[in-house]
Amino acid sequence: MNLIALFMPFGIFIALMAVVGLYCLIVTRDMLRILLALEIITKAVTLLLIVGGAISGQMALAQTLVLTLIVIEVVVMVTAAGIVIAVFKHTGTLDVRRLRSLKG
Amino acid sequence: MDPNYKIALLENIILMAAMLLGTLATAMLRQFIKAAIALAFTSVVLCILMFKLAAPWAAVFELSVCAGLITVVFISAVSLVRPATEEERAAHVRFKVRRYFLLPVVLLAVGCGLSYMPVRPLPLLATTELVTDMRALLWGPRALDLLGQILVLLAGVWGVVILFKEET
Repeated sequence: MNLIALFMPFGIFIALMAVVGLYCLIVTRDMLRILLALEIITKAVTLLLIVGGAISGQMALAQTLVLTLIVIEVVVMVTAAGIVIAVFKHTGTLDVRRLRSLKG
Repeated sequence: MDPNYKIALLENIILMAAMLLGTLATAMLRQFIKAAIALAFTSVVLCILMFKLAAPWAAVFELSVCAGLITVVFISAVSLVRPATEEERAAHVRFKVRRYFLLPVVLLAVGCGLSYMPVRPLPLLATTELVTDMRALLWGPRALDLLGQILVLLAGVWGVVILFKEET
């Protein structure tokens, strides 16, 4: 059987996870929820890289890329959480609609 | 079809369904602590899938860093912000129904669309050589990635230091 067909269920679930993350990113107005949505999309991409490695037989390369992705993910999340806390201290809200300090 | 393959496929589908439920809970649970725990659950299931797909190094990092560290970061961030008032909670429940009612439709449409999509073999890019040892790859051809990771980590640490610096 074709390798792509073997991994098709993975592809469908990865797409569904990415859709959940994107949908949450679009509809939410809470900054912490936006970070959670980004995390969901990152999980989908991580699984996609691993499945890509399994299909192409380059699992070592896929794991190396996932390692880099995880490091970047952690740094982005920690810095973004810091920004969210700093914004909350300044404005007293997590609602992105109320962040109008830079509005022209 | 080989019965062992069928069992493995069923296991994978159950794990991926659990992962999808975890992501839905992460996106929709009102309390951030519960959402962070749902995200950690998603990471744990992803880690099991990685082990099953013969990616143990990535699985270990996923488990320790994503399921552990990121959950701690989220819970710390949640504990530093003000809890929602009764009015905000009521508004959240009201808006959640209005905002998320389309999600099942979108998921169903994407799932059905992809299920009926014809499967074509993708052209894979030619690679120079197949390296099977991850350590050899990481410290050899991909060594520049490590330098990038170190720089990104330093930038992140610097950013957090700047954000939490006491004003004088």
